[in-house]
Amino acid sequence: MKNIIGREIPDEVLQGRRIFKGQFAHTEEIAKVAPKIKHVNPSETKLLTSLEEVIEKTGLKDGMTISFHHHFREGDFILNMVMDIIAKKGIKNLTVAASSLGSVHKALVEHIKSGVVTNITTSGLRGELAEFISNGLMDNPVVVRSHGGRARAIEAGDIKIDVAFLGAPASDEYGNASGTRGKANCGSLGYAKIDAEYADKVVIITDTLVDFPNAPASINQTFVDYVVKIDAIGDPAGIASGATRFTKNPKELLIAQNAANLIIKSPCFKDGFSFQTGSGGSTLAVTRFLKNEMMNRGYVASFALGGITKPMIEMLEEGLIKHIFDVQDFDLGAVASIAKNPMHHEISSSFYANPHNRGAIVNKLDVVVLSALEIDTDFNVNVITGSDGVARGASGGHCDAAAAAKLTVMVAPLVRGRIPTIVDSVNTVITPGESVDAIVTEAGIAINPKRTDLLEALKDSELPIVTVEELRDKAKKIVGEADPIEYDDKVVALIEYRDGSIIDVIRKVK
Amino acid sequence: MGRLRRTMMFLPGSNASMVKEAYIYGADSLMFDLEDAVALTEKDSARLLVYNAIKTVDYGNTELVVRVNALDSPYGRDDIEAVVRAGVHVIRLPKTETAQDILDVEAVIEEVERKIGREVGSTKMMAAVESAIGIINAYEICKASKRLIGIAIGAEDYVTNMKTKRFPDGMELLGARAQLIIAARAAGIACFDTVYTDVDNEEGFRNEVKLIHQLGFDGKSVINPRQIAPVNEIYTPSEAEITKSINVVRAAREAAERGLGVISLNGKMIDKPIIERAERVIQLAKAAGVYKEEI
Amino acid sequence: MEIKEVSIAGTLESSDILVRIEPKEEVGIEIELKSSVEKQFGRQIRKVINNTLETMGVKSARVIATDKGALDCVIKARVECATFRAAGVTQNFNWEVIG
Repeated sequence: MKNIIGREIPDEVLQGRRIFKGQFAHTEEIAKVAPKIKHVNPSETKLLTSLEEVIEKTGLKDGMTISFHHHFREGDFILNMVMDIIAKKGIKNLTVAASSLGSVHKALVEHIKSGVVTNITTSGLRGELAEFISNGLMDNPVVVRSHGGRARAIEAGDIKIDVAFLGAPASDEYGNASGTRGKANCGSLGYAKIDAEYADKVVIITDTLVDFPNAPASINQTFVDYVVKIDAIGDPAGIASGATRFTKNPKELLIAQNAANLIIKSPCFKDGFSFQTGSGGSTLAVTRFLKNEMMNRGYVASFALGGITKPMIEMLEEGLIKHIFDVQDFDLGAVASIAKNPMHHEISSSFYANPHNRGAIVNKLDVVVLSALEIDTDFNVNVITGSDGVARGASGGHCDAAAAAKLTVMVAPLVRGRIPTIVDSVNTVITPGESVDAIVTEAGIAINPKRTDLLEALKDSELPIVTVEELRDKAKKIVGEADPIEYDDKVVALIEYRDGSIIDVIRKVK
Repeated sequence: MGRLRRTMMFLPGSNASMVKEAYIYGADSLMFDLEDAVALTEKDSARLLVYNAIKTVDYGNTELVVRVNALDSPYGRDDIEAVVRAGVHVIRLPKTETAQDILDVEAVIEEVERKIGREVGSTKMMAAVESAIGIINAYEICKASKRLIGIAIGAEDYVTNMKTKRFPDGMELLGARAQLIIAARAAGIACFDTVYTDVDNEEGFRNEVKLIHQLGFDGKSVINPRQIAPVNEIYTPSEAEITKSINVVRAAREAAERGLGVISLNGKMIDKPIIERAERVIQLAKAAGVYKEEI
Repeated sequence: MEIKEVSIAGTLESSDILVRIEPKEEVGIEIELKSSVEKQFGRQIRKVINNTLETMGVKSARVIATDKGALDCVIKARVECATFRAAGVTQNFNWEVIG
């Protein structure tokens, strides 16, 4: 059946799920679930001696759901280590509920082949695992969820986590876990907090055991069943980079400048405004140009959100941003800041973007700047499949921030090599067009026709405003007419929108 | 009044990625280099790449310039034929020492234009001086052909020829810049300054652009898109200049409408050079986006 | 034009295409293509290679191309160059066969 944006969702994969009806279509009251707890008495210890013992004690069995966070990014050791031990124990049919997966997790391919893992839910897929899934080699479709959507799903019981394996840079023997004070620090543990609150069994895996109490803790002792120390939780270089620099790529800077000009001329740019940008490329470079104008006008942002990097910290420390709400840190500058700055707040993925709580922080966003792999003439955005139909990205917080922000700006080059960014129809919809207000390329800016207010406000701005069709045509003129990607019928992934409805599917590439 | 040539961006004619999209950075002119930037073994491939690119890619309003190899090399003739066929706007000579150099290249250009039926004279030329003798012959070079739209200085080779090197304050180029701008103006053509290779030194670059702007140069060669904005900024007239220029042009129009032979503004007589300068200021202001109206 | 020897033109850099042309006994153009955009533009790339060779009057050749997202004009330029080189021509091109 076709959903409201015209994407075909085969009935057999829906299995009782709702289909997407609009970004705020869901209006019913929600019941949250609660975990089953085995309470801990004063004399008991939580500290175990090995991951093997952990698997034993948590009672992990066939068919259960296990979870991981992705704060260690491509430097993560935890997931592969845990899966290895689980596989050796002969446990099968597990659902892996990771907040995201990277190229480093290609070991999962073997576990899928051998039946250890039969279901996956994640925000992103990359590398060999992504290709494996896109080639239809996993029986059950992966469920792709945004950060806000995963929090919603866990709170509503759609994801029922039996055991959460949570890596932490530092922890005491009672489970007070932090993203700092260790050897390989990641800063915010925002994605892990929700797992800790809702999983039936929570395990903290650290390589730095500190004296009790490890306070303040990102995940506190009342949520933790077991603690185990291993040699290394991850590769520090892969967890947090030294420093995020602004891109020097002239094309990315040009696009960023255009986006900044749009934001500055929009009604959203005022003293006290709030914003979220990405962590690299054009999306981060926008902040550099915004910063100059903010300084000119004496503006201070009420808060910045993300995905935090050193350039944001500099703005915080220079008094250009009042508060930072941090769900993930990307570099050591950000990690250092969260440890010491009282205006730099760690938040959970639920506080960040859950659409089904009483108001996530994205609801208060004025401006968000996001990137895209593809955007179509309905303004739908694809950030997960390449132009060849193979998965290579993540849903992330894209649809969450886009839906909620007052001004949602997409930045992208008109073409990447020979691949057009602006197309007739994207391969996969992650963010529906109704959430997207503007597309900024080096060849012009397209405003969503539904935003008549924005068009009106910008009509004398001298911004290079064109229609999205003109951008598509310009791209086509440069690269030529692309043949459409051929897919099989088999659905390899369901794209679940933040409200739990199905907005699109990824099919097996031919 | 002539088109604006505040920035002329150099790119190697052998680089497919750059050649196909250099127009996005907003340089007034693009110069595809077939000479120094291209290895001897790739002269043919660069020539064909530039030929196809000029024919096919939509560069918008950007002026297209190609620096060809010297006529006394195995490549020069073929370069000229290729780019004239492709429809290039301006052919830039690699090194000009005498007026005869201009005439020699012009002869080849004309031959190709006739052969292919392109309007004779439609391919413009640009000279580049890199040696003492070129400076001495500058005026003769500038006058040598109607096709010549401008003359540039190539500082690296020039300072070597002069047995010195480049310094931050540019005094070693004092004589060359002065003589070149004088010759260009006397002949009524444009004058361009040399490239600034230290791309990360924005302050040094700006200082050099301010200097040549003051000297009257029409523009600067740039080698990186980051250099474009500072040049345009420095070449943007001030508000005071713009206001003054508008007044001049208005006065001239009024005088013309009323059939007056003499134009005066605030009691002062305004003659042709002043009016031309005022029109130039307005042109620059419009291009920079700081002035929009029609007078 | 006749392909007399193996020749190469182009590079493996982004937005370029490395074209290797070899002589072939039997009449016909054989193309072996590896492209980063095979699915979307594989057909078009082969078409450009064929058309270019045809315009140049090449009746038989084996083309091995590694494409990194080159636009049609770049593909044409590289095929033309490789062909001229394979025919032993680096100067005084016959522009009539280029089009």
